[in-house]
Formats: sequence, C-alpha cells, structure tokens
Amino acid sequence: MTKKTKSLNLNFGPQHPAAHGVLRLILELDGEVVEKADPHIGLLHRGTEKLIEQKTYTQALPYFDRLDYVAPMNQEHAFALAAEKLLDIEVPIRAKYIRVIFCEIGRILSHILNVTTQALDVGALTPSLWGFEERETLMTFYERASGSRLHANYFRTGGVHQDIPLKLIDDIEKFCKSFPKIIDDLEGLLTDNRIFKQRNVEIGIVTKQEALDHSFSGVMLRGSGVPWDLRRSQPYEIYKDLDFKIPVGKNGDCYDRYLCRIEEMRESVKIILQCIEKLPKGPVKSIDGKISPPNRDDLKQSMEALIHHFKLFTEGYRVPKGDVYTAVEAPKGEFGVYLISDGTNKPYRCKIRAPGFSHLQAMDYLIRGHMLADVPAVLGSLDIVFGEVDR
Amino acid sequence: MKFLKDIEKLINSELATKIQNSFIKNSELTIEIDENNLIEVIQFLKSNERCKFKQLIDIAGVDYPDSEKRFQLVYLLLSHQNNIRIKVSTQFQLNQIINSITKIFPSANWMEREVFDMYGIKFKNHPDLRRILTDYGFKGHPLRKDFPLTGFNEVRYSEKEKKVIYEPVKLEQNYRNFDFESPWEGTNYLKEIKNLEKHDKKN
Repeated sequence: MTKKTKSLNLNFGPQHPAAHGVLRLILELDGEVVEKADPHIGLLHRGTEKLIEQKTYTQALPYFDRLDYVAPMNQEHAFALAAEKLLDIEVPIRAKYIRVIFCEIGRILSHILNVTTQALDVGALTPSLWGFEERETLMTFYERASGSRLHANYFRTGGVHQDIPLKLIDDIEKFCKSFPKIIDDLEGLLTDNRIFKQRNVEIGIVTKQEALDHSFSGVMLRGSGVPWDLRRSQPYEIYKDLDFKIPVGKNGDCYDRYLCRIEEMRESVKIILQCIEKLPKGPVKSIDGKISPPNRDDLKQSMEALIHHFKLFTEGYRVPKGDVYTAVEAPKGEFGVYLISDGTNKPYRCKIRAPGFSHLQAMDYLIRGHMLADVPAVLGSLDIVFGEVDR
Repeated sequence: MKFLKDIEKLINSELATKIQNSFIKNSELTIEIDENNLIEVIQFLKSNERCKFKQLIDIAGVDYPDSEKRFQLVYLLLSHQNNIRIKVSTQFQLNQIINSITKIFPSANWMEREVFDMYGIKFKNHPDLRRILTDYGFKGHPLRKDFPLTGFNEVRYSEKEKKVIYEPVKLEQNYRNFDFESPWEGTNYLKEIKNLEKHDKKN
C-alpha cells in the first residue's frame, strides 16, 4: 500500500535574514526535499534604466553605485567605459591605475561580504565579525578618495573625479601588507572546518555545460572549471600589464566557489600592490575641456573654463550616435552596459546586464533535490545582491 | 579585429538571405535579421563549429515610438572559445509575437520575461511568461517611451485602513524635464501650457 503525500508550499522571505535582501522564494517541499523553487524578484526594483534615460551622462553615473552596493565602483566603471567608447576618448594613464586600485578594493569588499555571510548562513558567526572590520577600513579608503563610504560617484567619463590624497596610497599599501594575514585567519576558521565543509562540499554542483547554458559568469563560471575572466581575456584599462592569477575551481560546488573567492582576494591584494608600485604621475581625467569639467581655480581666471563649467553641469556633453556593449569583470561576474546614444546629451537606452540576475534564475535548477537547509548555503554561494538583480 | 571580419563573412555566406544587414562599428559586430528567422540564426550561431556563441549574455529591448517598426530586440551573445561577441538585432511592429529562444538558451527565460514586463512584447512558446520586476498587479509597460517617469500609482501605509494602499501619483511640483535640444524655446512643460492657452483663446 502506498501512502498519498501532498507537497508543502513554503514561502521563504522576502523578510528573511538568510535571503540576502528582499528575495521571495516559493518552495515546493516533499518532506525536507525541495521539489521546485520559484524566486519572486523585483521587490527592490527602482527603475534605474528608466531614470537613466532622463538624465545626462554625468547624472546617470551615481545610479550605478546603487546597483551592486557592495562594490559600487566596479559598476561605475562599466558605464564610464561605455561612454568613453562612444566618445572615443583616451583616459590618462594615472586615472587607469587609480581605477584599477579601486576596482580591486571593490572586489575585496564584495568577496569579504560574501564569504563571511555565506559562513554566517551555515552557522559560523565569527568570520563576519572579523571580516566586517576590514570592510570598514576599505570603506574609509573609498571615503578619502570620493567623499562617501558607499555611494562613491568617483569615476567619470574620461577618468576619475579627483586625484587621491597623498597619504591614502601609503595607507592602502599598509593595508595590503596586513590583509593577507586576515585572509589566513578567515581560512583558518573555515577552510578545514568540518561543519563548513559538510554544509558546502558537493552542494549546488554546476557542470561546465550548465554554467554556460545558464549564462553564468565570474566565480560561478570559474568555480565550474571554465578559465574565463574578462580582466584576462578581454583586458580593459591596464590589466594586461599586471601579473595576477585566475583561480579556477574543479567540482563546481559551493565549497569550490568559496575557495575561488578567497584566492581572488589574495590576487586582488597583489594587483593593488603592483599598481601602487607603478602608479605614474599626471592628470587624472581627460584633458578635453568639452568632456571633463575645469579645475576650481581656473573658474576664477578663465572665461572659457567658466563657460565650460556652466555648460557641462547644465546641458552636459553630447555623445555621438551609436550603440556599444562594454563589460567589466565585477566581483559577482560579468557586469555589462549596453548603451544606445541618439546623439543628444542623454542616453536613449541603457540596458544593464547584472550577473546576479542570471545566477538567481538558475536557483530552481540548482536547488532541486536538495534539502531545505541547503537553500541558504546555495543562495549564499550565488553571491546575490538585490540592488543589481532588481535594478 | 580580423577574426571579427572572418566571422562576419562566414555568417553572411552561410545564412545568406536570412541576414538583412551586417556591420562592424566600434569594433563590435552587429547583424540585423527578420524576426521570423530568429530561431534559425541563433541556433546557427550557437551550434556552428566556427562561431560557437555558447553563451547568451543579455536580451535588450528598445522602443522607437516614431518608427513604423516600433520595437527592437538586441540579443547579445558571447563565444568563449573565439573570445568575441556578437549582437543580433531585429526590429518589428507593435503587436508582433516573437519566437522564444528558451529552448536554445535556458537562461533566456527570465530575460524574455523582463522584456515582456518592460515593453509588453509577447513571446511564443515561452514556458512561463509572467511579469518579473514590477509589482504584483502592475499595469502598463514602464520602459516604453510613452510611459511617464513617475508612473501612475504610488503606495503608502494608511493609518486608517491599517494597510498599504495604492493612490494616483500626486506631485507637489511639476517634473522639470529641460529640453536642451532647443535651449531658446524653454522647457517642454512650459510649451504645453502655452499651447493650452492658445487653444483656449481660439475656442
């Protein structure tokens, strides 16, 4: 005689500490086994793409900080690159180095958050306490360069807003010297930890083929053994002059993705140190007065500078007709901007390609057949931030 | 760059009549196709030995309200082996129903849902065409150019009814959209007011 069983519908989120934001998951359970997961997203939808269509290129940039708010400057970078490609302007070499330094700081910021909260989801509290102290230090670097800890608005079309203070470079270097020790400490807590391994090894396995079919990128793709990193394969800025390794996983499970992120943090530290060593002198934004605003001092002396300043902050600059797609290797994967310009001072269309969107889409297939308790572990290793998923 | 030209040539010779136009601009390859050939072209790009565009990066909708073929869909594809990208663009009329490519790329599922949500473009053979980013029970398609930036409804918590309620949007001040295309004629909303006044005088 067989017993008839009914599957149970469980509503997970949108206000759940392990949902990493405002995710609502409708789970169909057979006992403790998940049969189906239907993610409901959009609870943080702010219409970024619509808003950008109404703003000039300068005004559109801050919206990118608010996408993946864990690593703001990486998203700004994609938009700045897109506008530069359409305008066909050259970025001064010093600006490129500064951009790379801050992008790598962003990567560390994001990976610390992800690794430690993933640990938190499976029951380890200490890593997040240790990790967040370092994040705070990194955010003060953001603040000293741009004026704010989170929503930096630091990159500009043609460079960065301002040169960095002298002492900041020394402090970043000091941090880079001390930070590997912290990574060791975190690894000491997690890498060989029996509970952490039991919760992550062979959970949420993604094969190479599945990773490609589901549009995975970044660590989600590399964790499955595909050696693909835009910094290496389609190098932008100065990445091709830098020496760094791309960690690649083997099994494509949550544990491998964790290991990849830890290694990437070490590589980021190396990249920052190289940039500091090589950092050249010179201007930090394009010298084209029709695109970069003039110095504050010049406004008092030069009529031309005054006119440029006024025109740039009211009308903004016009971008030639055309469409471009630029992508950067953001901490979470390939972050792309598909920008269409109609020749006016505002983007006609700006499609934002967020890596988290595709990753979350695969949730249903990743979690099928796993236990309910694995949901937070898989979700944690997907590295979801709702700012970018919902846009 | 040379490789990009080779691929362009290859696609043109293999698919011949299915390609309306192809060009390389800003070192990016774009091909324009008719929406009826979408499935074949995407399938070819994915499975051809030399193209190997194995990954769908994104689907972007664009609205051109003044054009006869109002909507455009741009499929961004990436080939890891060849390290190149391609854009497949198709333009069509308002009520056209487009073939879904979820069979070829499973990840197209949510991307097509997003396009449906934002532009109201319908997809044939899509397993689950629902809204994705907007609110439950939302009306309209926000990324169409004729959808106002402020939307139609706003929500607030009503102390009286003890629940969140929907109300028509009420703005304290007009949204000021400066029109820099013609700096001497003032902003659009002032023009509208002027036009209204003229209209009133006539009547």
